[in-house]
Amino acid sequence: MREMRDKLVSRVKELLADGSCDRVIGWRAGEFCYDVTPEIFTADNVDEMIFDDFCGPNQSKYLVNAPKSDDKKIIVLLKPCDSYSYNELITEHRIQPEKIHAIGVPCTGMVDIDKIRAKGIAGITGIEEDEAGTMLTVHTIYGDSTVAKKDVLEDRCYFCKGKKHVAGDEMLVPDEEAPDTPEAGDRMAEVARLEAMAPQERFDFWRSQLSKCIRCNACRNACPACTCRTCVFDNPASGVSAKVNVNSFEENMFHIIRAFHVAGRCTDCGECSRVCPQNIPLHLLNRKFIKDIDELYGTFQAGAEPDVRGPLVSYTEGDAEASVVLRREN
Amino acid sequence: MQRIGVFVCWCGSNIAATVDVKAVAEALGKQPGVVVSKDYQYMCSASGQNLIREAIRDSRLDAVVICACSPHMHEATFRKCVSAEGMNPYMLEIANIREQDSWVHKDRKAATEKAISLGTAAIAKVQLNAPLFESPNPVTKRALVIGGGIAGMQTALDIAEAGFKVDIVEQKPTIGGKMAQLDKTFPTLDCSSCIVTPKMVDVGANENITIYSYSEVEKVSGFIGSFHATIKQKPRYVDATKCTGCGLCTTKCPSKRNLNEFNMNLNMRPAIYIPFAQAVPLVATLDPTACIHFKTGKCGLCQKVCEAGAIDYDQQPTYIEQDYGAIVLATGYNQIKPTKFDEYLYNNSPDVVTSLEFERMMSASGPTAGDLRVPSTGKRPRNIVFIQCVGSRGKDTCREKPYCSKVCCMYTAKHTILVKDHWPEVDCTVFYIDVRTPGKNFDEFYRRAVEEYGVHYIKGMVGKVEQGDGCLKVQASDLLNNRQIHMNADLVVLAAAVEPDPSARHLGTMLTASMDTNDFFSEAHAKLRPVESPTAGIYLAGMCQGPKDIPETVAQASAAASKVIGLLSKDHLMSNPCIAHSDPTLCNGCSQCTNVCAYGAISYQDQMVVYKGVRETRRVAVVNEAVCQGCGACTVTCPSGAMDLRGFANNQIMAEVDAICN
Repeated sequence: MREMRDKLVSRVKELLADGSCDRVIGWRAGEFCYDVTPEIFTADNVDEMIFDDFCGPNQSKYLVNAPKSDDKKIIVLLKPCDSYSYNELITEHRIQPEKIHAIGVPCTGMVDIDKIRAKGIAGITGIEEDEAGTMLTVHTIYGDSTVAKKDVLEDRCYFCKGKKHVAGDEMLVPDEEAPDTPEAGDRMAEVARLEAMAPQERFDFWRSQLSKCIRCNACRNACPACTCRTCVFDNPASGVSAKVNVNSFEENMFHIIRAFHVAGRCTDCGECSRVCPQNIPLHLLNRKFIKDIDELYGTFQAGAEPDVRGPLVSYTEGDAEASVVLRREN
Repeated sequence: MQRIGVFVCWCGSNIAATVDVKAVAEALGKQPGVVVSKDYQYMCSASGQNLIREAIRDSRLDAVVICACSPHMHEATFRKCVSAEGMNPYMLEIANIREQDSWVHKDRKAATEKAISLGTAAIAKVQLNAPLFESPNPVTKRALVIGGGIAGMQTALDIAEAGFKVDIVEQKPTIGGKMAQLDKTFPTLDCSSCIVTPKMVDVGANENITIYSYSEVEKVSGFIGSFHATIKQKPRYVDATKCTGCGLCTTKCPSKRNLNEFNMNLNMRPAIYIPFAQAVPLVATLDPTACIHFKTGKCGLCQKVCEAGAIDYDQQPTYIEQDYGAIVLATGYNQIKPTKFDEYLYNNSPDVVTSLEFERMMSASGPTAGDLRVPSTGKRPRNIVFIQCVGSRGKDTCREKPYCSKVCCMYTAKHTILVKDHWPEVDCTVFYIDVRTPGKNFDEFYRRAVEEYGVHYIKGMVGKVEQGDGCLKVQASDLLNNRQIHMNADLVVLAAAVEPDPSARHLGTMLTASMDTNDFFSEAHAKLRPVESPTAGIYLAGMCQGPKDIPETVAQASAAASKVIGLLSKDHLMSNPCIAHSDPTLCNGCSQCTNVCAYGAISYQDQMVVYKGVRETRRVAVVNEAVCQGCGACTVTCPSGAMDLRGFANNQIMAEVDAICN
């Protein structure tokens, strides 16, 4: 991982030096090694950039509001799953690829610090990955421990889309030579479990989950599909924001409206659930939409290609009509 | 705040029997802004409308809410009524307390509460209404008729007669449709082709009518008064302007063994053919899948013998672009192929035929020149069994239609009479579920078959048809006598169901003309607007709207024509002002709205936008107001709420929801 980081930084330095690019969206470690935030680096501080198992944040979204420059490109680093969001943003004209230099970086799964803590490991000061990328050595103020990486991955990494990048101007490591990504499970299994619940049971499930929401807006702010200039929840004239705030069950409205707004555009990158400080499985709302779209209109992966519109926002003759009752396969 | 008048209609007992209209008027009278609240037996009547007009005058109303039937029914009436008092017609809202309340509920208390709730929502919405203004759009004085069967021909002739240009688009090489394939017509027994071919000639000769045969409507855009269509003329590999219809090529063509569609595949035709002698246009068509020249590059005999030099192997599709004010759908029907009815042996025996095949077997222009023969033996049949309702009135959706095909009872009676007329010795037996003969002289006709011609009508369905020794064995039940019947038949005729032509679905989607679950086009109102599609400017004629016989089809075709003539007589139509508009300050430029717009009304351009002190040029959505139909698809797609619909604004809808929820 360290070699990969060094390789990445030296490639970024080359690009910054040759004059084509003048800044890079990278990751910076916070006070603790696992508190990683995206940041724009320039040639002056690019050495401070990190790339490790905690670089979960999907950078593509930050391109939307990154300072614009007329002649120099901005470098963005895309993990395979981030590249889907990148394509979707191009499709929606929210970013201009000709002003961006996208580097595909490999990923073997990101680590969830809470899962390491759950193993009774405290006072973490640093984490090192072995060469094979299977075991992690966790440095703590009490000494070192080891954990298997596959046991402490972020939830979304258990449903990995694979090591293939769907976008990028160059690859740090060609996809075929990149290390393997975690084995992917059935991402719709949990949705199917919710679908099988009785309505009241399902309502209770969501109520218990959504009532944890503190309306911090982290999910919205991290979501690469939520890029409206003015969000309806920030626009008093929309008639939604004030209503959400005064409703005793405001989280309902907020999350369901958000799920509808990103329906068909959500790439299932999982940022919403990753950033949720209350651990609400928000991605399940989006996955329900994805499952419905797959079943009603045929399998569709948002962002798999640039300039391809999802079935919900493309009018075709074969569209389901109100008079036609669609029967599902199951 | 608007000064609002509320008017609650009883609709006789339609509403008043289920909804306490007095209580509704009283409750709504207490809503903020309401200065008058009244109820009346028939608000749409002259005196009801006077009541509204007086209230507008006397109470200086700014807006009106009417609690009555669906706006589909009387919105136009009430808009006119308030306009007459100088109020903007878009300051009117209708709360539908009939179709959405009294007609669907039984409990008076709950229905009354719901009426109050719906009324409150309409009041909340009208508070936010603003006057809207219609603008005139010119009407293109030309009609497009899709389908050249009897429905399409009659419509086109009537429109042309009124002096307007009409184009007929027919997918087959000739106009004439199914009627040209029929032998005789019920209940008069006049020869079908004798009455349809003169019509075909009239259509061909009418200078106001252009026939695009062997053509399809590829694309339609636009709206009432101003449609634009792309018509694709398929290559027939014969230059229609040169071909004289002499038929020499068809006699010389060496590829002779190709199924003849006009004769229901009962005999063969050459690769280059004219469907029948009276075809209009009388032009040969070359079938490239059967032509030796297309398969091997050799032959070329037709080109050699054609004195007019009309054969063109390199012909390409041509595309015609044309503007129209109105479109008539007359796409017709097909008879289902009863291949899924194994019990009737249709797949296995040539002696089991559909009624349309039987029609060709009986026709003087058919493969046997009207001499009825058993296909397998070539002998005269001794007895014929007719099976009714094959694929009609069924519950098995994978092979049956739920509806009655309507024409089968009568044409089967016709078939039996025709057989008996020619060959009295042939025994005819009809198995039926019901015999349905409503229509002028219809029942008399059926009774003639039974009483004068001695046709055996047996109530009960056939369970099985089997290949016997030299004949077919039919097993059936006789429900009236409660017995099983085993009989022999030389010929079995299946009255297979009718279904809309498959081209209808594509057209329906393209034109946003709604269809029912059986793919028949829906009419705007089942009783009061039976020849109009709910989509303005689209009219319906013939079987594409539902099963019907020839006189009904002709009547509907003329009715559709009169609607078209009424439309084309106008120089301008007033546009609907309830259309979308985009707020550039909120627009993300994401183009999702462009993709959902079925009318192509939304484009994007770079615009200078100033918002919260920031001035920048960026990509924003722009609505073409002349093209927008106000469907609202874009407004619900727009995530930021930049797209909004006049008359149905986001905040108006939200106000309605709030009023209902509070």
